[in-house]
Amino acid sequence: MAEDAGAALPLLPPRFADWFAARGWSARAHQLEMISKGRAGRDALLIAPTGGGKTLAGFLPSLIELAERPKANAPRGIHTLYISPLKALAVDVERNLMAPILQMGLPIVAESRTGDTGLARRQRQRVKPPDILLTTPEQLALFCAWEGARLYFEDLACVIVDEIHAIHASKRGDLLALDLARLQTFAPKMRRVGLSATVDDPDVIRRWLGCAAPELENKVDLVRGPGGAAPIVDMLLAQGRVPWAGHTAQHAMPEVYEAIKQARTALVFVNTRFQAEFAFQELWKMNDDDLPIALHHGSLAAEQRRKVEAAMARGELRAVVCTSTLDLGIDWGDVDLVIQLASPKGASRMVQRIGRANHRLDEPSRALFVPANRFEMLECQAAREAIAENRFDGDAARTGALDVLAQHVMGCACSEPFDLLKFYDEIVTAGPYRDLAWEDFEQVVDFVSTGGYALKTYDRFRRIVKDQEGRWRVRDQATAQRHRMNVGAILSPAVLAVRIAMGKRLTGGRKIGEVEEGYVEMLEPGDTFIFAGQVWSLMAVTGMDVLVRPAMGKDPKMPSWGGSKFALSTFLAKRVRELMFDESHWKVLPNDVREWLEIQKDRSLIVKEEELLLETFPRGKRNFIVCYPFEGRLAHTTLAMLLTRRLERMGAAPLGFVCNDYAVAVWALNPLDGLDFDELFAEDMLGDDLESWLSDSFMMKRAFKGCAIISGLIERRFPGEQQKSGRQVTFSTDLIYDVLRRHQPDHLLLRCAREDAATGLVDVARLGQLLARIKGKIRHAALDHLSPFSVPILLEIGKERTPGAAGEMILAEAESDLIAEAIA
Amino acid sequence: MSALAQPRHVYDWSPSPCGGLRTTLSGAAVIFRASGALWIEAERMLVVADLHLEKGSAYAARGQMLPPYDTRDTLRRLSTEIAATRPSAVVLLGDTFHDRASEDRLAADDAEQLRTLAGLTRLIWVIGNHDADGPRALPGEVADELNVAGLLLRHEPQAGLQPGEVAGHLHPCAKVTASRGTVRRRCFVTDGERLVVPAFGAFAGGLNVRDPAFCGLFARPPLCGALGTGRVHAVGWRSVVGD
Repeated sequence: MAEDAGAALPLLPPRFADWFAARGWSARAHQLEMISKGRAGRDALLIAPTGGGKTLAGFLPSLIELAERPKANAPRGIHTLYISPLKALAVDVERNLMAPILQMGLPIVAESRTGDTGLARRQRQRVKPPDILLTTPEQLALFCAWEGARLYFEDLACVIVDEIHAIHASKRGDLLALDLARLQTFAPKMRRVGLSATVDDPDVIRRWLGCAAPELENKVDLVRGPGGAAPIVDMLLAQGRVPWAGHTAQHAMPEVYEAIKQARTALVFVNTRFQAEFAFQELWKMNDDDLPIALHHGSLAAEQRRKVEAAMARGELRAVVCTSTLDLGIDWGDVDLVIQLASPKGASRMVQRIGRANHRLDEPSRALFVPANRFEMLECQAAREAIAENRFDGDAARTGALDVLAQHVMGCACSEPFDLLKFYDEIVTAGPYRDLAWEDFEQVVDFVSTGGYALKTYDRFRRIVKDQEGRWRVRDQATAQRHRMNVGAILSPAVLAVRIAMGKRLTGGRKIGEVEEGYVEMLEPGDTFIFAGQVWSLMAVTGMDVLVRPAMGKDPKMPSWGGSKFALSTFLAKRVRELMFDESHWKVLPNDVREWLEIQKDRSLIVKEEELLLETFPRGKRNFIVCYPFEGRLAHTTLAMLLTRRLERMGAAPLGFVCNDYAVAVWALNPLDGLDFDELFAEDMLGDDLESWLSDSFMMKRAFKGCAIISGLIERRFPGEQQKSGRQVTFSTDLIYDVLRRHQPDHLLLRCAREDAATGLVDVARLGQLLARIKGKIRHAALDHLSPFSVPILLEIGKERTPGAAGEMILAEAESDLIAEAIA
Repeated sequence: MSALAQPRHVYDWSPSPCGGLRTTLSGAAVIFRASGALWIEAERMLVVADLHLEKGSAYAARGQMLPPYDTRDTLRRLSTEIAATRPSAVVLLGDTFHDRASEDRLAADDAEQLRTLAGLTRLIWVIGNHDADGPRALPGEVADELNVAGLLLRHEPQAGLQPGEVAGHLHPCAKVTASRGTVRRRCFVTDGERLVVPAFGAFAGGLNVRDPAFCGLFARPPLCGALGTGRVHAVGWRSVVGD
C-alpha cells in the first residue's frame, strides 16, 4: 500500500501523515477517499470487510476537520455523532478513537453515551456536549424527544452510522432513518456517513442512508474498501458420515473438540440457545485438557456475558460457544477459527460470522462447517459455494412501519411543537418513508393524539394538542416524561429470572440468568434442561421467577424445537435446490449423502430446481403428503396450516403436520393420491383462507403486542394497573386485540400487526412467491412407502410443540384427565 | 394449601346442552356458562361479575389510548346472554364500573343500551370496591349483598370458608399446561360450597387461581371451569399451574 502514501499528501495533513508513519502504516485508499468525500461535503457509504480500518476511515474526515478548526470563543455543540447498533461497540470505538486523539494531541473530546452511562456524565453531556458523541439509535431517539434538541444539534457536521447492514432493514432502522431526517432539519449541512460489511446490493443501503428529498436522490457516494483474502471454508464430516436427522451435531463433537484444540482461539456459532447450551455441555464432557471454553448467549445474565467478553478480550479463552449475540461486536484479534455448528441459514450472516476470525486483511479467515443432518449438509455445501463466489443474500428495502412513525411523531411533539405540513415534508426525506401517503400520516397523527378510533370519545384526553398557531405539541410535561421512558424499537420478550429454589417452600435464591417466557412454556415441573452450562430440574414457575434445582447426573431432556430462529434465506434456498437437483453436482458430496440422493432418484423422484416434488404414501394407518419447497420454517408453517384447511374441505381428514426449513409433511386419515394437487396448491389460498386463519392466530396477537408497545398504545413500563393488595393482575394486549378486531377491524395498529405478521411471522410474501413459482410444476410421486427424502422430516414428528396453538385441545385434554381421574 | 393433604374429592358435574357446566353449589343447582356468567336455576337468575365498564376511557384519561369499545363489547355480550336465558333478574356482582367517574364517561348509546337491558329484566347492582357509590342515573336496584336460593351473593370473597358464597373481585384465571402447550383462560373456581366467578368485562385482566389470594378460600382442592370457545371445560386442580 506504499504507493498510496504519495497521493495521500494533499489529503492527509502532516500531523496525520506523521501519525500514520510513526506506526509504520500508510493510509489506505478507501480512507483517503473518505477524507476527500468529507472535504467535498458528500454523503458516503463505505463498504469494507472487517479489519480494513473501516471505523478509522469513517472518523478521519471528522478528526481532520476538528483538528483544523480555529478555537471558538463560545462553546460549540456536537460536531460528529456516531451511531452503533450495539452498546458495547459504541464504548469500544470510543476507546479505539482515543488512541489517535491522544497520540496526535488533538484538541478533541470524544465520549460515549449508552443506557449504561452514569447520570452525572449524561447531565454533563447535555450541558457541555463533546465534539464527538458515540451512542445508540435508542439514545438518539431519546435526544430527539428532548426539549431543546434543535439547539443541541444545530452545529452537527457529520453523523456516522456503523454496522449499517445489520440495522437498516428493521424497525430500529426505520426509527433511525426518521431521526436522521430530524437531525438534518436541525443541521441542514450535516453529512451522512455509513459503514457497512459487504452486502449484496449497496444501493438498498444507499437509499436508506441518504436524504430522500427528490433533488438529492442518490446523493450518497459509494466507497469500497479492499476485498481482503477469500476465506477458507471447510466442511467437517465427522466419522465420515452425515446423520439422517437432528439439529445438535452431537455425533461430531469429538472432532469439533479436536479442531478447537488445534486453533488458537475459536468461536463456535450455533443457531439457538438450546444448541449453545447443548454443545457447551458436550464439549466440557470431553474436555480432558481443561481448555478454557466459555458460553455466550442472550439468556445469560448480562454480567456473566460481560465476564466472557472481557476474558475473550484478554485472550484467556480458547473457545466461546455462542449464538447471534456475537454476530456483531468488538474485535478480538486472536480468533483464528470460526466453527458453524448446524446450518448457516444465509450466506451473508455466515460471511459476517467468518469475519469474526482473523481481523488482518491479508490473511484468509478460516471456518469450519459442521452439518447436523443431510439437508443441512446440502445447505452448507451451497453456502460454501456462494461464499467462494462472493455472492450474498440481500435484504430487500423496507417500507417504514407506521407504529414506529407514531412513536417518532410523539417524540418530536415532546421536543417542540410541529407544523403538520412541514413535519410531513421532513418525514418523507427518510428513506423508508419516502412513499408515505399523506392520509397515512394524518392517521398516525390522529392515532398519537387520541388513539385513532372511529368512536370519537377521547377528544378531551388528547396526548398531543394543537396550540393557537395550529402547531401540535405534547399536552403536558408528565405525558412527555412518560413517553421518554418508553422510547425505542427494540422489543424484548418477557423474560423470567432463573433462580435456585431454596428450602421446602421453594423460595427464589441466587439468580443464574434469564430466559424468555416462551422457553419455559415448553417445560413442565420435573423436566430437566440445560442452562448456563449445567443440568437443572424445573421445580416451579412463580410470578417472574423460574425456580430450579441442580439435577446432577441426569440426562437433560433436549427440547426439540431445534430449528433456527433464522429462516433459510431465499438466495441460499435456491442454491440448495439447484445443488440437489443437478446430478452433475453430486460428486462433491460425501458418499452417504450421494447414496441418499441416488436412492431417492430410484425410489421416488429428483425434480428440477423450479419444480416442486410432492410425495404421497401410506404409513401405519395414515396417509402422508410430503413436499419439499425449501422456503424456510416460517413459510412452511403457514403453508401447512393452509394446506390442512384445504385438505379438510377436500374430505381428506388431515390429522397433523410437521415442518422444517426444507419440507412440509401433512398426514391424514383418508388416501390422498386422487386429489387435485394443482388446486390444492392454488395461489388463492393466500386470500380468504389466510385472512381467516391469521386473524385468529397467536401470531397476530404477538405481532399486535409488538406494535402496541412500539406505537405507545401501551407502555413497556406500565404504571396503571392497580396492584390490589400486592397481587399481580395481568392485563394482556390480547384483550385489546380481540375488542379492537370486533369493533374497528381497519384500525391503524391492526394494519401494522397484519403487515408484521405477514412478513416476520408467517412469511406470506415468500409463500406467495413459492405458489407462483410452482404453478403447473408440481411433480407428484405416488409411493407405496416412505422415500429417502421424507425420513428426516418424519423423524421430527412428535418432537415439535406448537405453543399458543390448539388452546381448546389442551383444555379438552385436561378435562379428559379429570374424567379419567374421576372414573379411576 | 393445606387442603391438598386431604383425600381427593370427586366433583359432581356434567356438561349442559348450552356448552356450560352444570353443577351444584352448596346444594343449589347452577350452570357455569361459557360466557363467564353464572345461572342460578331456582331463581332463573343470571350473575355476572367485574364488568369494569369504561376501563378503556379510564386509561385514556391518563394518556393511554386503549380502544373505547370495551363497554359496548361487554354490554353486547351481556345482551346476548340475556336474550339466550331470559332471566327473571340479572345480578351485576360488583365493579360494574371501573371507577367512580365511569358513569359520567359512558357514551350515550352505551348508557341507552344499559337502560334497555333494565327494561327487559330486573337489574340488581351489587356494590364493589371500584364502584362503591352504585349507579347514579342508571336504572336498577342497589344492594350490598343478596340472599337467593340459599346462596349469598357479594362482590368480594370473605376470608375463611364461606359455604354458599358467590363472589367475584378476584378475576380468576386458570393456566393449563399439556404436552402441546399452555393456555390461560378465565375460569369459575369452586369447591362445591363457594364459588368465585370470572370477570365478565372485556378489558378485565385475570389473576391465576394458584395465586396466594385464593389460599384459604376453599375446603378442598377446587374445581375450575375454564372458559373455552363456546363451552366450559372442567379442569382439576392438578392440571392448573402457576404463572
